[in-house]
Amino acid sequence: MEANRKYSVLLPTYNEKENLPLIVWLLVKVFTDSGLDFEIIVIDDGSPDGTLEAGKQLEKIYGKDKIVLRPRKEKLGLGTAYVHGMKHATGDFIIIMDADLSHHPKYIPEFIKKQQEGDCDIVTGTRYVGSGGVYGWDFKRKFVSRTANYIAQVLLRPGVSDLTGSFRLYKKAVLEKLVESCVSKGYVFQMEMMIRARHFGYTIDEVPIAFVDRMYGESKLAGKEIVDYLKGLLYLFANL
Amino acid sequence: MTKLMQWLAAVGLFMSIWLAIVLDMISLNIPDSKKEILHALPVYILIVFACYSLALIGYRVATFNDCVEESRELKEEIQEAKKELTEKGYKFD
Repeated sequence: MEANRKYSVLLPTYNEKENLPLIVWLLVKVFTDSGLDFEIIVIDDGSPDGTLEAGKQLEKIYGKDKIVLRPRKEKLGLGTAYVHGMKHATGDFIIIMDADLSHHPKYIPEFIKKQQEGDCDIVTGTRYVGSGGVYGWDFKRKFVSRTANYIAQVLLRPGVSDLTGSFRLYKKAVLEKLVESCVSKGYVFQMEMMIRARHFGYTIDEVPIAFVDRMYGESKLAGKEIVDYLKGLLYLFANL
Repeated sequence: MTKLMQWLAAVGLFMSIWLAIVLDMISLNIPDSKKEILHALPVYILIVFACYSLALIGYRVATFNDCVEESRELKEEIQEAKKELTEKGYKFD
């Protein structure tokens, strides 16, 4: 692996006081073991639980060049969190992932290897192919997830097996361009990023990942979530 | 061209060819016994597609990997992380 490349991890957080030190520890371990240059940019949206204070402790332990705290006053959405984080990113590549430990940093070296093999613009984690999978999902959740994914595959034919995943590596300029042009929110935002990426002719490769859902509860799969997903899907279907 | 337009174009093309044959605008000399099948063709295609979709989704749900090992590993790593961070002076509360 080339040593002169730098990777910026963007971690948007909201009430992740428990998980932040753990994900940071795992990230530092993976990057250090692989000998890669990195920084972790924590974008905390005014969490009332003290996530920012946890971040400050980590900044002291690992140094200001590794842990970059860029908090915002209030919850402002994912797209703007990426824009905000990228303004301060000094890496050539941006890695986005969830801070709740559902995405394990151990896959990052695989993402980087995949990126370098084909010099592709985006590498996305996929739960749906090969050794990819999930932990903590019951039958209903799996069924809804597979069905939602199937409908998106049929309607949009994106050439990407996991459209709603949010564990991805981007070339910095590519992510800047995509965030600028995407208008959706939530799951649909991740989906729109992939569809627009295809439109712009960006190359995308995939790495199978295990998605470990530790927080999953029944309430998470609300009817509203499904309706919003379908609405977003139809929006992309009609406009892209 | 949006995906919606692509779909409309494909479905439109199929339906116009089908209609042209059904209404005998294109004569293919199809025997009457086979015409019944032809008339119901769009419905048959829909049913086959629905069955295929359900079977595929069912198969994919059944073969969705349960990452038990990954979850166990993560739990161990969390313990290790907590221990090492505490040594480095991190205060959990």
